[in-house]
Amino acid sequence: MTDIGTVFVVLAGAFVVFAGVALYRVFAGPTTHDRVIAVNVAGTNTVIAISLVAAALDEPVFLDVALVYALLNFLLSIAFSKFNVEQGGVL
Amino acid sequence: MTPIEWAAVALGVLGAFFGLVAALGIVRLPDVYTRAHAASKSDTLGAVLSIGAVAIVLQTDLSTIKAVFLLVFMFLTNPTAAHAIARAAQDQGIEPWTADDGEGEP
Repeated sequence: MTDIGTVFVVLAGAFVVFAGVALYRVFAGPTTHDRVIAVNVAGTNTVIAISLVAAALDEPVFLDVALVYALLNFLLSIAFSKFNVEQGGVL
Repeated sequence: MTPIEWAAVALGVLGAFFGLVAALGIVRLPDVYTRAHAASKSDTLGAVLSIGAVAIVLQTDLSTIKAVFLLVFMFLTNPTAAHAIARAAQDQGIEPWTADDGEGEP
């Protein structure tokens, strides 16, 4: 691992910490919408951390994992908001 | 380190800064609409900058294309998701926070 790899691993760790900070809102948020927004932010930070690790370890296969994770993260938010409006709450 | 690597480190650190702003906004802002604002704007900018750093570090052709694809995808879907959630909150009748509700109440 080169020295820029070390920098990128540190940045990935920082994004994991930010995802943990956002998870406080999942625990405390007054409405379900707060919780879904916080889960969305945590998922986005996970995608960023996966791609930073892919660049640091020089394993481009991890980018496929990040792409699929981003797709599922978007699908979660859209499905939640649609179901929540139509049926008055799923969670 | 080469200039390209310095540019990548600068982009990554800037992205991490905006990720920090997004996390603080999620925790500290007063209601669901302001939190959606923090989540959509700051986190999208942090994601785009960081994945841009990944895209200029990975020098192979196909993985750079994948990283740019992921970047464009993030740029489109992240604000859309936040908008959909905020709209669902409005349809459920959640009132926006005003200054009368308390100064800086987290």
